Amino acid sequence: MKEIYLDNNATTKVDEAVFEEMRPYFCELYGNPSSMHFFGGQVQSKVNDARVRVAELLGASPDEIIFTACGTESDNSAIRSALEVFPDRRHVITSRVEHPAVLTQCRNLRQKGYRVTEIGVDGAGRLDLEELKAAVDTDTAIVSLMWANNETGVIFPVEEAAAIAQAKGALFHSDAVQAIGKIPINMAASRIDMLSLSGHKLHAPKGIGVLYVRRGTPFRPFLVGGHQEKSRRAGTENAAAIIALGKACQLAGEHMEAENTVVKAMRDRLQDALMTAIPHARINGGGAERLPNTTSIAFEFVEGEAILLLLSEFGICASSGSACTSGSLEPSHVLRAMGVPFTCAHGSIRFSLSRYTTDAEIDTVIREMPPIIARLRQMSPFGREHLKGIA
Amino acid sequence: MWDYTPIVKDHFLNPRNVGDIPDADAVGEVGSLACGDALKLYLKLDENKDKIIDAKFQTFGCASAIASSSALTEMVKGKTLDEALAVSNQDIADFLGGLPEEKMHCSVMGQEALEVAIFKYRGMEIPDHDSEHDHGPAYPDYEGELVCKCFGITDAFLKKVIETNSLTTAEQVTNFTKAGGACGGCIPKIKELIAQVLGEASAKPRVRPEKLSNMKKMQLIQEVLERDIRPLLWADGGDLELIDIDGARVQVAFRKACAGCASSGNTARMVEAKLRDLVAEDIVVEEVSQ
Repeated sequence: MKEIYLDNNATTKVDEAVFEEMRPYFCELYGNPSSMHFFGGQVQSKVNDARVRVAELLGASPDEIIFTACGTESDNSAIRSALEVFPDRRHVITSRVEHPAVLTQCRNLRQKGYRVTEIGVDGAGRLDLEELKAAVDTDTAIVSLMWANNETGVIFPVEEAAAIAQAKGALFHSDAVQAIGKIPINMAASRIDMLSLSGHKLHAPKGIGVLYVRRGTPFRPFLVGGHQEKSRRAGTENAAAIIALGKACQLAGEHMEAENTVVKAMRDRLQDALMTAIPHARINGGGAERLPNTTSIAFEFVEGEAILLLLSEFGICASSGSACTSGSLEPSHVLRAMGVPFTCAHGSIRFSLSRYTTDAEIDTVIREMPPIIARLRQMSPFGREHLKGIA
Repeated sequence: MWDYTPIVKDHFLNPRNVGDIPDADAVGEVGSLACGDALKLYLKLDENKDKIIDAKFQTFGCASAIASSSALTEMVKGKTLDEALAVSNQDIADFLGGLPEEKMHCSVMGQEALEVAIFKYRGMEIPDHDSEHDHGPAYPDYEGELVCKCFGITDAFLKKVIETNSLTTAEQVTNFTKAGGACGGCIPKIKELIAQVLGEASAKPRVRPEKLSNMKKMQLIQEVLERDIRPLLWADGGDLELIDIDGARVQVAFRKACAGCASSGNTARMVEAKLRDLVAEDIVVEEVSQ
C-alpha cells in the first residue's frame, strides 16, 4: 500500500537531493573536519558552506549558527545558557502550549526552586500578550515561546513577545522547529536572541539541529569538552547531516513561495471539504494565523486512535495531537490549554502537508474521512444520541 | 504505533454485536466522554432469566476499547449470569490474543460494564459516591474513596483490579485502570494501595505444614518466594533470585535495586522470617553474590 503521508509536523521525507548531497560523507569523505590534513579540511570546507546556507534561510550570519543534534538539544541549551548567564535571575517564562522539549525542562526547573510562569492562550490558541507583560520582571532570565505550534500550527507574535522580554533585560528564545521552512524568517530584522531549528522537519535527516545565537548574546555551552562550533557545542560534527541540512535549507528557501500558495491551497481545500461533509467538527485554532501546511480538526463523539487506525487502512498517515504525547491517557495539553472541550479533544486529528503532497492524495482523504467518522459515531454511545437529529 | 494482535485488529475493523437492545434485561454503562472511553453494554436473557441469549455494545474509545467490547459480547453470549460474572478482564485480553499492557484498561472497562449490568439487574445496586472530580467518574457504580480525581477512580475499584491481576507497580495500575495517568497526583496513594493488597494477601492465615519431605520443602520455598516475597521487592524496584537450597539453607542473590543495597541484610532477614513462618522453623537464608 502506498502511503499518503500527511504527518509532516512529526517528521518529513529526506529530499532525494539532500540525500545525494550527504551520501559521499560516510564511506569516502569521512575525514574529521577538525583534522589538520587535507582529508579533513575538505569536509570542513563543506561544513562551512552548509553553515552559510542555513544562515541564508534564517537571514542570519554564519557565525550565529551552532549545529546541535536535534531541536530538543537546541531548546535545552538555550534555556540552560540563559540561567547560567544570569545566575541571580530565578524566573523563567514559557507558554502552556509549548513542545515538551521546552515545557518539561521548565517544569523540572520548578522542582529546582525556579519560579516558572506558563502563559495561557485563548480559545483559538493565541498567546495572551497582556499576561506576558504582567509576568516579565527583572528576575526573569529567559522567555521561551514557540514560533508556531506543532499541533495546531498557530503562529505566536514572537517579535512583540521578544520586545516585552527584553524591556526587563531577559533573553528571548523561540522554538521555531515547526516554523522554519514553512514561513519566511529573517533574523537580521528580528530582535529574537536565540532560535531552535530541527533538520528532520524540513526534509533533512533526523539527528541534526541548530541553535541560532545572535551575535553579542551571552552564551554558555551545554556540551563541553571540545573546541567545535567555536567551543559553543563540543563534540565531533555530524558532518554528513550538517551538509544535508545546508542543502535542505537551500531547497526550503526555494520552495517557500509554493509552501504558502500551493501547499496552503491544498490544506484549505482539505479542511473546507471535511468541515462541509462532517457535522459536529471544528478546526482547532481556526480563528488564528496558522502555518500554511497544518490543520487540526476535532470530530466530536469519536476517539482519535480509532480514527487514525481506520485512516491507516487506506494508507493515510495523520496524527492525533502530538506524537510525543501519544502514550499519555489525557488529551493533548495544547488543546486543553485552548479550552477545547473534552468531547472534541479526544477526537482531534492533525493533518500536516508538505511540498510532496498531491491533489490526488487530498482527494482520497476527502473521500475516505466522512465514512470513517460516521462509522465510529454509529458505534459510539454518545454519537448516536447527539446525531439523531442530523442523520 | 501499538502492537495489536491480528485478533484485536479483526475485532476493531469488524466489530461484532454493535448496537443496542431496546428491550434489554440488563444494561451496564461505564466510562465517560471526558475520560476518553466509554462502554454501554446491553444483555438479553432467556425466558428463565438466567442465560444470556444476546449481547450488544456501543463504545466510544480507541481500537482496543472497541475490540475488547466486541470480544466481551462474543464471550458472554450463551453463558449464564453466574458464568458471565466469572469472566475476568484477563479472559477478555486472552480472547484477543493479548493487549499491550498500556491498553489493559480497555479490558478492565469491558469486565466492569458486564459486572455493573449484572449487579444492577440483580438489584445489587452499588451506592454512588459523591466526591468531587475534575471530570466525571469512570466507574460511577463503584463505591469507595476517590483516589484518582482525573479519571474518577475509587480505592475499592483499584484494590479489586490490583488483586485480581496481581499488580505490583503503580505503572501497571495506570495501564490497567488509567488511574494516575493524567496529573499523577494519586501515584503515592496507588503505591499504598498496592502495599495494602500485598499485605492482605500475605496476611491471610496460612498454616505451616507439620512435616515436610525435602522435595516438598523445596517446592514450598519456591512458592513462598514467588508469591509472597518477590512482589514486595518489585514494589521497591528490587528483586531476588533463588540460587540453591541445601536442606534448611536457602541461598539467594539480590537483583536490581536490591543488589548492592545497604539494607539488603535486613531484606535477607525479612525473607528468612517469612520462610520460617510459612515453611519451616529451621530455615537459614544466606545472601550470595552470583
